[in-house]
Amino acid sequence: MKIQKLLIANRGEIARRIIRTCRERGIRTVAVHSEADKGLPFVREADEAVLIGPPPVARSYLNADAILKAAADTGADAVHPGYGLLSENADFARKVKEAGLTFVGPAPEVIARMGDKVTARRTMEEAGVPVVPGTEDLRDPEEAVREAVKIGWPVMMKASAGGGGIGMQVLRGEEELKKAFPSAQGRAKAYFGDDTLFMERFIESPRHVEVQVFADHRGKTVHLFERECSVQRRNQKVVEESPSPSIRPGTRESLCKAAVRAAKAVGYTGAGTVEFLVDPEENFYFLEMNTRLQVEHPVTEMVTGLDLVALQLDVAEGKDLALDQDQIRMTGHALEYRVYAEDPERFLPSPGTLEAFSPPEGEGIRVDAGVEAGSQVAPYYDPMIAKCIVHADSREQALARSRKALAAFEVSGIKSNLPLLINILDQPEFIRGRYDTTLLTKPLQFDKR
Amino acid sequence: MKSIQATMAGTVLQVMVSEGDRVESGQDVVLLESMKMEVPVQAEEGGTVSAVKVEVGSFVSDGDILIELDD
Repeated sequence: MKIQKLLIANRGEIARRIIRTCRERGIRTVAVHSEADKGLPFVREADEAVLIGPPPVARSYLNADAILKAAADTGADAVHPGYGLLSENADFARKVKEAGLTFVGPAPEVIARMGDKVTARRTMEEAGVPVVPGTEDLRDPEEAVREAVKIGWPVMMKASAGGGGIGMQVLRGEEELKKAFPSAQGRAKAYFGDDTLFMERFIESPRHVEVQVFADHRGKTVHLFERECSVQRRNQKVVEESPSPSIRPGTRESLCKAAVRAAKAVGYTGAGTVEFLVDPEENFYFLEMNTRLQVEHPVTEMVTGLDLVALQLDVAEGKDLALDQDQIRMTGHALEYRVYAEDPERFLPSPGTLEAFSPPEGEGIRVDAGVEAGSQVAPYYDPMIAKCIVHADSREQALARSRKALAAFEVSGIKSNLPLLINILDQPEFIRGRYDTTLLTKPLQFDKR
Repeated sequence: MKSIQATMAGTVLQVMVSEGDRVESGQDVVLLESMKMEVPVQAEEGGTVSAVKVEVGSFVSDGDILIELDD
């Protein structure tokens, strides 16, 4: 069935991104928004907009009933959840289906299975996808210590229901672990409503490489190559690129094959991303599967020439994937820089009014922004205001183009991390393409020009 | 009189001290939240709390006075 009217259960740049593809396909769009976002471009650009509540996400963008009511009131026949917010909430996906609407994403059962980290690990092990040595759910600190000895110190403690790097902790010994356990339980309960914890061996100086996959309802599953996402602060990505500059061709092939195996193992449909940790010897381990479109999907779009939102809509409409694996080619090199409303040195949020917002333009430059000059950057939501994506024939050319693009990017009225992004481009490890997730945890070398 | 100021714009999530409390340098006094991130604000110097200028749920700007201290 063809989608006629799509409700976008999200905000900012990703809502605008989805609207763009819908326009090309002749699909009408419905934006839902909070009181704080009424002036943002996505609200204006959608064919219809519905106010769903006050600024806090719990009362607007996470309010499934208000969103479903907006869908019913506007006659939408499908819902795209974007990323974050309700995108990986199996109950929401189920409610959308029960309301007789098409959910642009995998089946609710698949979201639930991949959302529970322990179940996801077990599923991957059974499918022959390597996982980081780790534990099942832990009952108490004593059991945690016994298990830590088995898998080897240091360990990373995580909330079973967690995500986004929140509540993760590296522990290097028995005393430290015993002390950290109760407070980690408390945080897991507060953030995710579930105090279950588990542990994995902590991989020192890892790279974070992920593979984009797509699958249709007949089980045809392809990969769209990898994205290197090792430039992170507080376990959140800052720069992503494709292809990864540092893995060997053989590793790339094994990673992509493992990702397809992972997707097949769970009966995946639509767009998904399989995240891996890669250690210095290029052993790789399944980290998690994101059952939605990623923030960094444009990097893959730039190197493959494909529109990932269009592919998502095709699969949601029940169409077969028209692409065969050998038709998917990678051309050139692409990088994405996330522009955050935050202090570039202390990484602290900087909400406020954007006085100037002037993104760069030019060949091989794409900017996906959620804001414009005069927009309010509200303190209630994620600090990412825009993504600058740069493509060129080679990585070296893409870096040169990136320097010009970021230098021309004008943001004022709030603090942004643009100075940090420009500085990353001067780091020798980054220029060589030999970096790992510790890049931003060390003092950066400052520009000597 | 000394004061403790907000290190970023955001909402006051928690006030950890009351009037008359003795605070030490480096102690967390207020928890701010902005853009999904919780940031504790610390006392740069010790002192006795003479006034708490914010309450839970208040919105503060970068540099706003949160707490006043007497020596």
